[in-house]
Formats: sequence, C-alpha cells, structure tokens
Amino acid sequence: MIAEAGLALLWLAAALSLLQLVLGWAALRPSGEAMLRAVRPVAVAQGILAGLAFACLIWLFLRTDLSVKLVAANSHSAKPWLYKFAGAWGNHEGSMLLWVTVLAMAGAAVALFERRLRQDTLIATLAAQAAIGLGFYAFLLFASNPFTRLTPVPVEGNGLNPLLQDPGLAFHPPTLYFGYVGISIAFSFAVGALITRDVGPAFARAMRPWVLIAWIFLTLGITAGSYWAYYELGWGGWWFWDPVENASLMPWLAATALLHSVTVLATRGGLRAWTIMLAVVAFSMSMIGTFLVRSGILTSVHAFAVDPLRGAFILVLLGFYIGGALLLFGLRVRHVKEGTAFEIVSREAALVINNLLLSVILGLVFIGTLYPLVTQALGQEISVGPPYFNAVAGPVALVLVAFMAMGPMLRWRRDELKALAGRIAVPVLLSAAALLALVILAPPMNWLPLLGLAMAPGVAAASVAPLWRRNLRRTPFFIWGMVIAHLGIAVTLAGMASESAFTKETLVAARPGQSVAAGPFRVLFQGVTPVVGQNWTAIEATLVARRGEGAPVALRPQARLFSSPPTPTSEAAISTWWDGQLYIAIGEEDEQGRWQLRLWWKPFVTLIWLGGGLIALGGLLALIGRLRRERRAPA
Amino acid sequence: MKRRLIFWVPLAVFSVVISVVGFGLYAPSDRAVRSGLIGQAVPDFDLPPAMPGRPGLSSAALRQGGPHVVNIFASWCLPCRVEAPQLDALARRGIPIDGIAVRDRPQDLAAFLAAYGDPFRSIGADTDRRVQMELGSAGVPETFVVDGNGVIRHQHIGAITEGDMAAIVTAYEAAR
Repeated sequence: MIAEAGLALLWLAAALSLLQLVLGWAALRPSGEAMLRAVRPVAVAQGILAGLAFACLIWLFLRTDLSVKLVAANSHSAKPWLYKFAGAWGNHEGSMLLWVTVLAMAGAAVALFERRLRQDTLIATLAAQAAIGLGFYAFLLFASNPFTRLTPVPVEGNGLNPLLQDPGLAFHPPTLYFGYVGISIAFSFAVGALITRDVGPAFARAMRPWVLIAWIFLTLGITAGSYWAYYELGWGGWWFWDPVENASLMPWLAATALLHSVTVLATRGGLRAWTIMLAVVAFSMSMIGTFLVRSGILTSVHAFAVDPLRGAFILVLLGFYIGGALLLFGLRVRHVKEGTAFEIVSREAALVINNLLLSVILGLVFIGTLYPLVTQALGQEISVGPPYFNAVAGPVALVLVAFMAMGPMLRWRRDELKALAGRIAVPVLLSAAALLALVILAPPMNWLPLLGLAMAPGVAAASVAPLWRRNLRRTPFFIWGMVIAHLGIAVTLAGMASESAFTKETLVAARPGQSVAAGPFRVLFQGVTPVVGQNWTAIEATLVARRGEGAPVALRPQARLFSSPPTPTSEAAISTWWDGQLYIAIGEEDEQGRWQLRLWWKPFVTLIWLGGGLIALGGLLALIGRLRRERRAPA
Repeated sequence: MKRRLIFWVPLAVFSVVISVVGFGLYAPSDRAVRSGLIGQAVPDFDLPPAMPGRPGLSSAALRQGGPHVVNIFASWCLPCRVEAPQLDALARRGIPIDGIAVRDRPQDLAAFLAAYGDPFRSIGADTDRRVQMELGSAGVPETFVVDGNGVIRHQHIGAITEGDMAAIVTAYEAAR
C-alpha cells in the first residue's frame, strides 16, 4: 500500500503543479486579481505532497519491501540501516524523485517566506517553478516511476553498489541537490522578472538570499563529494574532472558569478541583463548536468542507468525550459533599463572582471565536458582528461583569484589606481617573498602549483584586509562572510598547490615484515589478516608508520569484497597530521606472496576541504547578515 | 540594433549545443577507446631519451629499417612487470623493440630495467602522455606493430601473456 500511496501522492503533486501554473498565469491577466491569493497555498501544498511521496520511498527502502522493483534492484535485507536509508537515492528513479522533491520544496519555501518581491513577480516566479516541476513530474511518472511493483516478489534484493555504501553517501547527494536544484529558484526569479519587467535593485535584493542558500549547499556538496572520492575510491586524488563532477562545478561557477553580479545590481543598479542571464545559466547547467548523468551519454562513475529514451525525455524538457527562458530573454531584456555607469577602476569593474573570468572557466569546463560528444558527432571517440582541464582552467583560475584579492579593496563607482597600489602593497610583497622562498628553498615544481603556493599568502592577507581598522564587533556579518569566503579560497588554493607540488607517491610490492619510506615516514608492513563486516569480507593490512622518533601510528587499509552484489573495493587508510595526510591503499597479492601497496604523503592536502568549509561558512555569515539587515530595514 | 542582436546570442549557442547533444544521444557509440590509427602512418613525434646514454624515439626512426614493435610502458605499471619476460623473448628472437616510457623518471626506469630485463633498443620519454594519446593508446602497457614504412599494423592492449605471443609474432612477420 505504501508504494501505491507514494504514487498517488506524486500524481497529486503533479496535478497541483499544473494548477499552480494555470492559476499563476490567470492571476497575471488583467482580470485575474482573485486568483492571486490562491497561488501561494497551492505551491506550499505541492511541496508537502512531493515531500510525502519521497518519505514513502524512504519507508519502502527502510522496510526492504522487495515487491517494489526499485527496492529489489538496489537494496538488500542484510544492509546496515543507514545504507537502506541512503539507498533510496542511490539509484536513478530515487535520485530523480529527490530532485523533484527539492524542486517542489524550494518553490514552497519561496511561497512561504518571500515577502520583498513585488507580488506580480512573485506569482510569475511561482508559475515558472511549477512549469519546471510539471515536466519533471511527467518524467518521473512516465519514464522513471520509482514505485513500480514487481511480480513475482524476489526472495532477496540485488544490493547497493558498494562504492556507495559509505556514510558520506547518506549526506552528499541531498546536500548537493539542495544546491543543485535549489538554484532553480534563481531561474524562476529571472523568468518571473522578465515576464513582469521587474529587473532592478529591489528584485536583486529579494533574489540574493535564495541564491546564497543554494550556493552554500552547492559548496558543501562539492566539498563533501570531493573528500568522499578521495578516501573511497582509493586513487589518492581529490578531483578527477569526471563529467558528473563537472556537472556540479558548472552550476557552482555560474552561481558564484551570479552572487557577485546580483550584488552589483542590488547596490548600484548595474549589470541587469547580465544578472538575469547568469540566473538562467546557473540552473540550465544543473539541468544539463542532470541530463548528462541520467542519459548515460557520457561515461562516468556516477552513471546509474544507460537509457537513451530517458535521455531523450530530459533533452526535450531542457530544450523547452532553457530554450524558452533564452527566448524570453531575447524578447524582453532589451526593454530592461540600462544600469548606472561606473569607471574602469572601481568595485563594479572588478566584479565584472570576476564575472567574465568565472564565465571563461565555466565555458572551458563546459567545452571540455561536451567535447567528446562533438568529436563523436564528427566520427571520432575521444576522452578529455585532467591534462586539458588543469592546463586551461588553472591559469584562468589564478588570474581570477588575483582579481578576487583586489576587488574588495576598491571603492564603488570610482577609485584611483594609486590608492589601490598602496592598499595592495602588503599582499603583493607577501606573495613575492613567498615566491622567492619557494624558488630558493623548495624542490623544482611546475609553474602552476608554484604560482598557487606563492599567491596563497598574499590572497589570504588581501582577504582579511577589509577588516583592517574596523571595529570587529560592529563589522556587519556580510563583511565577515565575504572575508571568510575569500580566505577559504586562499586556503583551498594553498591545499591544491601543495598537494600537487609536494605529494610523495610510493608504489611497492612488499612482503610482511618489510619497511617502506613514504615522505617523512618509515612504514613497517606487519602483515595481513582477514576481517568480516556486516555485508563484506576483507583482507586488512596492518602498517605501522613512524615519523622520525615520534610515536608509531597504525594504519589498516582494506581490500574489501562486498557480498551483495559481489564487488571488490579498496578502503584506504588515512592518517591525518597537522601538516598533511599519509594515505595508504592495498592492492592484490602476487605469486611470490608480495602485496601491492600504494603510499602517499600529501602535505597540507586537508586545506582543500578546510577551505571549502570556510567558503560555505562565509556564505552562511553573509546570509545571516543580509537577513538581519532586512529585518531592521524592511523594504 | 547591435545591443539587441547580442541578446539572441545565448539562444543561438544553446541551439547548437542541444543539436550536437541530441545527435550524440542517437549516434551509434563505442565506449571502448580503440586506436583509429591501424592502417595509418604513425603520427609525427620526436621523444627525447628516457635515460642518459640511450637513444630516444622518433617517428622518423620508425619509418626506417623494417618493422618495429613499439611497447608503451612505465616503471610504475605493475602489468608491465608481468609482460617483461614475453618482451625479452621477443627481443631474443631478434625482433627490435622500441619503448615509450610514460610519465617516468630515469632512476625509476633504470631500477625497473635492472629488475625485469631490458629488451629495448631505444626508449623515448613521453612525460606528458602526449605521444601515447596521439597513438590512440588508453593506458599502459600497450604494444604496437609498425611496418617498415611507419604504418601501424597491430595493436595489443594490456600485458602480453604467453598466449598473445603468437599474434604479435604473426603481425610482425606479416609486416616485413
């Protein structure tokens, strides 16, 4: 009955989204004032129904109801409860239901909490959100029904992909989706504002907190996903330029640009068309990413199902939504008033450059991700790997970071180059000193990590500069937010550059009792023992690492074999120090009784995710700051 | 007028993208990375020596003096150790083997060759994997048979086992 209830709830939610669209459209007609008050409650009800449908699916997974096809295909009664729970979205249908649920709840949140937007724009926004929802409800109900029954009922389920059986999976996809799909609000805001011709500072101030919330979740989701890949896949890397990683990075880049351009629009009334464009692009990237993953058109570790029919369905949907929004943009944006002018040397100009550089990186990642499709169309199979992305996106990112450091030091409207030079002197000197020290003291390295390492201290100093001579207790939260987020970028940059420049990799075939050097460590391979978990068996190696004369640390990497489905995985062992991580993975045994061991010493690699956390924290502080100020000064 | 045209650029770009993607969705797709270069001349390259005192490898050298076996390998690659005895056996038959060492260091290479045998006439250093990619090779080890005119005749993906020897020798004899 639960499955039928879930399906019924989903149909009801879909019907309500249709109602929301029709009501919204009717309310915007000259005689439709009577409908105005109905739109908000319908949007809230739609969000609740979608949430309940999703709760039904989780309930089915927790009970391991094998008469439901999706549960039988992706779960197993012997699985720990956390993975039964997380298994609900560790598959195509379930993750699409989560997608739609987040979409509906985001719409409901706007209906409940948005008080500053002009009423007609709000109604148009909710109608746009409902229009998106309607298409994806159709996709679920006609092409990806998660509640389909299965007869005869199997005795046992197939189990969940063991790579996904990790506590990280329980939280990574929902976090990412809140950002990834939450950014749909920006899209709907943009469409709403184009319909009612309401693009201006008030609109920007209303949109900003929503963009911030989605952006915070997106940042957290990407950071967590990167760490998950790092410790779970056992390759020792933290970013692989996998199509799905790119699919989450592209909306983040667009949302980051949007966050900055919306500030120009809110503060100075400039960048109107551009801000609207970015809002459309950000969620378009989410939809394109969903399409890339769900259609299986690009090969990826994240691909669940390869089904061209589903791919075609989503392709039609996104062609309709993105094409429609861009058509509206082409028709309407020329009527939007030009914004206020500004000088070449000004905060606005720095933000424009920031936006352009972010867009360039976005474009490069987009081209790299889709390039295999283009060459395939021309009759060649090609894969584009990290060498391309690092080589093209890296330098642009460094320039971007340099401008990020300068931006907050500039005044709005106009500033003097001389004054900027005075303010930027300390950070520039810091970076120059770091560069000199690295060239003299450090072993030779690539120019990209070298520049990254040199720039990091300067950028960090420049990031905290806005706090200089301020009363820290009276500094508004959004200033703190900017400072901490920019500082997070510097910290992440230092981590990435250090990991890339100083990582020591050792690959050996070792016998028990043998000792291996890994960076500053002596690692003694004591031997292997079999271990048994709830739904896996493993060979576990015991290694004792010693740094100089310090206390020994035991590391236990495993080569696991999951029982359902039978799949081998590598569980790396990681020892975290203040200045880096020792990372050990175990491979197979050869004929002579030696075990493959991979050891990495990764200096300051943890800074990458610490920085990611700081960026998200900065976003949170900025959000609190904006909301507080709004409460004090209602529009 | 100019200002108006620019607002249509996003829609135009998007239309191009969606047509390419739509085509990709229905175009027959082969997910294995295979060399499209069989029957074609080796691409031009000139790799520096991977170790001091040994010759490097260039496409010009491959176009002279009868057929060659080109082995793409690395000291950090475990399957390469597995195929080392088979390469030695090929070299003992008098088949010239040229190596392309992918992302390797001279000292690691020397240790590898000392431990697992050194069948190579020359070894080129492909530090950024460019030549490997141009040859249409997806990983290490991989082995190509190139005829006397520098045309690729055979490709073997993965370690050469005892069972693969015959195919490689046949391809080499056919290329003479």
